[in-house]
Amino acid sequence: MLIMFLKNAIRLSATFLYGATGEIVIEKGGHLNLGIPGVMSIGAAAGCLTEYALVTSIGNSSPALLILLPLLVTILAGVLMGLLYCFLTVTLRANQNVVGLAMTTFGIGLAGYLVNNESDIYIIGSVGSVFNNMFNVPQDANGFVQVFFSHGILVYLAVIIAIAAQIVLSKTRLGLNLRAVGENPATADAAGINVTKYKYISTCVGCAISAIGGLFCIMDYMGGNWGDGYTLEGFGWLSLALVIFTMWRPSLAILGSIIFAGLYTFSNFAGIAAYQKDFVNILPYAVTIVILILTSIFDKKKKVQPPAALGVPYFREER
Amino acid sequence: MTKTKKIREPLIHLVKRDDLPGWKAWGIRALSIVGAFVFICLLSFIVLKRSPFQIVKFMFEGAFGSKLSTLVLFRDLSILLIISLAVTPAFKMKFWNIGAEGQVLISAWGAVLCMYYLGGKIPNGALIFIMLLSSMTFGILWAVIPAIFKAKWGTNETLFTLMMNYIAIQIVLGSTKIWAGVTSTGVLHPLQYGHLPQVAGGDYALSMIVAAVITLLLFFYMRFSKHGYELSVVGESRNTARYIGISVPKVIVRTLVLSGAICAVAGFLLAGGIMHTVGSGTVGGQGFTAVLVSWLAQFNPIAMIVVSFVVIFISKGTTRVMENCGIANSFFSQVLTGTLFFIIIACEFFIRYRVLPRKRHKAVAPREDLDDDSVEVVEDFAEPDIVIEEPLSEADDDKQETRDEDVEHSQEETVC
Repeated sequence: MLIMFLKNAIRLSATFLYGATGEIVIEKGGHLNLGIPGVMSIGAAAGCLTEYALVTSIGNSSPALLILLPLLVTILAGVLMGLLYCFLTVTLRANQNVVGLAMTTFGIGLAGYLVNNESDIYIIGSVGSVFNNMFNVPQDANGFVQVFFSHGILVYLAVIIAIAAQIVLSKTRLGLNLRAVGENPATADAAGINVTKYKYISTCVGCAISAIGGLFCIMDYMGGNWGDGYTLEGFGWLSLALVIFTMWRPSLAILGSIIFAGLYTFSNFAGIAAYQKDFVNILPYAVTIVILILTSIFDKKKKVQPPAALGVPYFREER
Repeated sequence: MTKTKKIREPLIHLVKRDDLPGWKAWGIRALSIVGAFVFICLLSFIVLKRSPFQIVKFMFEGAFGSKLSTLVLFRDLSILLIISLAVTPAFKMKFWNIGAEGQVLISAWGAVLCMYYLGGKIPNGALIFIMLLSSMTFGILWAVIPAIFKAKWGTNETLFTLMMNYIAIQIVLGSTKIWAGVTSTGVLHPLQYGHLPQVAGGDYALSMIVAAVITLLLFFYMRFSKHGYELSVVGESRNTARYIGISVPKVIVRTLVLSGAICAVAGFLLAGGIMHTVGSGTVGGQGFTAVLVSWLAQFNPIAMIVVSFVVIFISKGTTRVMENCGIANSFFSQVLTGTLFFIIIACEFFIRYRVLPRKRHKAVAPREDLDDDSVEVVEDFAEPDIVIEEPLSEADDDKQETRDEDVEHSQEETVC
């Protein structure tokens, strides 16, 4: 029971981890992207449709191709959404909250439209298995192995990306520059950092990472089942919450996402009635609120605050 | 030789403008809506392969085809309008309340709570009154909790209100399962009691009247009252507000009480007047749409009527278009609504900034090599007129983007 619970939590955590890592990268560049649910949906739809095309044309003979090609298309879709967001918020300096919400509406709509148009999309469920259990761990393996090594490749990729993001953000010049852009774009500009370029790249990279989360959620966690199209929306918002929960640190997000996933799946394992599950599912949101409040009250030294210029469009000629 | 980089002045130059006359700004916005509409029709034409005129016809049919559909259109418009109005004072104060969804939902839930437990036990009039009180309590509570923390400790309100949405949804999901009976599907069927009185023979007129009244009141509140002035000062500059003796926390909390109360009215109308029940989809994302409506209307209550009309029109129209084209897919209207928002948001840029082309006389620095690169420069000179004050089509978007990259590129080189 406990093993199943932990295994499930770690598996689901990858969705949040992708979403949160992507959003952290974006926010470090000073952009609050509320379009993450839309980006995840679009990414998932792009990946699933590619998967669908592959399954119908070449069957499920080549697992590597079945994973890599959809992954690539998903990343591409994420980058495209990032470009759209950047064009509106960086180049046209539109309000980020508004653009983000519009992206969520647009993304969920487009993804739902495209996927629902393929009446036999369910056949991608047959290749869901190539995404999970990368090391072919048998069912009767011991608990430790089951919990940590029975997952699909995308779960490990999520952890790798999170660690890489942490290193890049805190240990490299690139990360330093990006943080400077997010904290004070005017100063960064004066120091010769190309603010626009950094914002564009960080947002596109972040959106690409989040988009993988969508693909993972549908192909691995849901086993190739698209569901009603709104599952990803909830996961997307939770990823945004996770960013605050982990105080803008991708490395902490690894642990945080497991906690979130644990809270989210806890009700399935607690042996309680359906209506009680609904109330228990308040937990991840309530915990996020508590963290928000605690950090704002006790963080007198302003150590774990969001990037100072978060949400503020940068216009060079403005004083 | 390798050191000689070409020095170019940026291709275009952005200037912020505050002096655009009001009629011109609204003209651009109106044009952008028309442009967006044309673009949406073209998009539907490409996707659905029907003639654009037919699509427009279907859209009007879906919106105004019968007396009933017209009434439904105006009823739904009223609800969206009320929610948009609710978030407006907070936005004007730069308090990003994106929790309207939850505030409306929880107040609808509050009304249903009374309908379920008190229905049939007390007279209908008293029940409706208690329902309104309950709606108000929950709506205000959901709005004011984030406000208090924002006012006192500066807690991030965007994420706080966002999380409150989901708490509301979970509460509704759980309690409707209890009310509907544990064995059922968890969908609460419409209740018998606590129906709002029907004005003019339907549930349409009441919402419209309430929406009209709130629009007018809020318009005067924001424009002519002391409160309205104070909240716009707080929005423009907290320090100024503090300097002239406005208590910022008080204004924040007071404004969010108002926000929550108006959301509660929407929830009360939805639960008591229209649905007579509640479910997680009762508000159906309108809380988020309202944020966009409010912003696109530039917080002007009157303009909000137009914007919410356009949004509802597209949603109703597209549903009919899809029905007539035999595609059972409810997501397409979201795609079109999203596209509409993008285009209008993009056009806002041309209201706030002026795009000046590079001046002709300040030509490029003398160049030694006239290779193929220079051809490009000459071309740039040939058409310096950047698209200004025109609704963007996608092609324009692309053009703009490449140009902007160009600008960046050359700026970088200027630095060098």
